[in-house]
Amino acid sequence: MKFQKDKLFAVTQHRLSSFFETLAGLSIFSIRFSKEVFLPPYEGVEIRKHMIELGMKTLPIVGVTGFIIGLVMTMQLQPVLQRFGAEAFLPGAIAITIVRELGPVITALIFAGRVSSGIGAELGSMRVTEQIDAMEVSGVNPFRFLVVTRVVATTFILPILTVYVIFISLVGSYIAVVLVQNMTWEYFTGRVIFAVEFADAVPGILKTFIFGYIVGIVGAYLGFNAKNGTEGVGKASTTSVVASSLLILIFDMVLVKLTLWLWPTVK
Amino acid sequence: MVEIKDLHKSFDDLVVLNGVSFSVEMGQNMVVFGRSGTGKSVLLKCLIRLMIPDSGEIFIKDKNVLNLNRKELNDLRKDIGFLFQGSALYDSMSVRENLEFPLIRNFSLEQDEIDDRVHRVLEAVDLSDAIDKMPSELSGGMRKRVGLARSIITEPKLMLYDEPTTGLDPITSKEISTLIVDLQHAFKMTSIVVTHDVLCAKIIADCAIVLDGGHIVHEGTIEELLTAEDPFLKNFFSDEVINNNGRD
Ligand SMILES: Nc1ncnc2c1ncn2[C@@H]1O[C@H](COP(=O)(O)OP(=O)(O)O)[C@@H](O)[C@H]1O
Ligand SMILES: [Mg+2]
Repeated sequence: MKFQKDKLFAVTQHRLSSFFETLAGLSIFSIRFSKEVFLPPYEGVEIRKHMIELGMKTLPIVGVTGFIIGLVMTMQLQPVLQRFGAEAFLPGAIAITIVRELGPVITALIFAGRVSSGIGAELGSMRVTEQIDAMEVSGVNPFRFLVVTRVVATTFILPILTVYVIFISLVGSYIAVVLVQNMTWEYFTGRVIFAVEFADAVPGILKTFIFGYIVGIVGAYLGFNAKNGTEGVGKASTTSVVASSLLILIFDMVLVKLTLWLWPTVK
Repeated sequence: MVEIKDLHKSFDDLVVLNGVSFSVEMGQNMVVFGRSGTGKSVLLKCLIRLMIPDSGEIFIKDKNVLNLNRKELNDLRKDIGFLFQGSALYDSMSVRENLEFPLIRNFSLEQDEIDDRVHRVLEAVDLSDAIDKMPSELSGGMRKRVGLARSIITEPKLMLYDEPTTGLDPITSKEISTLIVDLQHAFKMTSIVVTHDVLCAKIIADCAIVLDGGHIVHEGTIEELLTAEDPFLKNFFSDEVINNNGRD
């Protein structure tokens, strides 16, 4: 019994210390990023290539998810609002929920699952097969060529994806509305535009830059520092998903609090 | 050309290099023998500052490698070719792009000159047909040869080879060894070759050192080492001759 307790303690201690190690490493890596991102040569071509590649890779899955979320949310909310006699608020309520929270967070989480693991695996395998060393030896800064380009690409592609997801989920929502009642698309969008304010849209989109950065930097950090052969590559890839998803949710919590404080919704 | 003084390197409490010193003259081919895990790769990586040794000094072309700034280090590296143990070809790039990469990034050459060099090195390693293949489509021997082509395309003065023939069948490994010697003559390079392939060493080496337990335990010409009465060497070479391939 005593033995087991000790073991549990040791395992917990190990987990905790490796968690904080990762966090410290990630912070140092981030600082290095912010130093190197502004130095030439600017890899415009590489960045564009990654943006297109990552965007294309996630476009179908986030589109389908967004559509279904919009549809299902509306199907759920409609009878509830009806019960309170507040049906007229349906398009507005859905739109605000999607723009402020669901659109950004769900897109970011799916993006994390697809892209963070991909970057972790890709850079991890380049690390363990010495491709990163080879790059360094040939006089190319691998951090700038591999890490900076990918992180910049994820930071700027996620907001674009999010806008697209928000649009698709509103289409899903509209379809759910039309299934049970008559409403023109013009009226629906009119209600949406009337309801959604600056203080809803801008923070919602702005925080996706941060989520995109998290996805890129976590995958790149774990991949760039992968060890122990193929096993290490697998670990970099799976850990990236868990770590970036968790960080996205934590940052979301903080940012929601912050935006509510900066732009109070009730005046 | 290369001079190493009292190099030490440890990882946590694992001592890998414990006072290694040697020098290589211009135009010489030096072979470094040693069992797996004795720190041969670590030694090569320290030479080119992919790893920083804990203490000691490294001079290449009379430059103190460990004291160079970023710019000077890059300039020095342009004059050094490195063939990695696993070839380290860029997976996402074709053979042509692999070869062009160091040139485009670091040398201001016209596209004509780049194409010309790509064709020349591919011819030298006898792989002109593979120019548009991806690395995943190549066999181990072909990858080694592309790796070799990529490291000589910048026309380096010093070549570092990390186990150029390990994992290849005897015929291919003999081919690669001969290729290395030919290139050596064609490009007038100095080289350091890490290996435990005696056949390869016999073809390439002017002189050799044997690394064990973090020290250089023997040095001399390859014949001297092979005919020495020392029990460690006898044991080392008899083992290695029997299975000089397929180990890491
Ligand atoms: N980056 C590293 N971190 C920790 N240990 C390492 C690292 N690189 C090499 N080692 C250890 O150093 C020793 C020598 O490795 P290496 O130079 O690769 O041997 P080899 O002579 O087979 O090339 C091995 O025990 C290896 O585990
Ligand atoms: Mg090695």
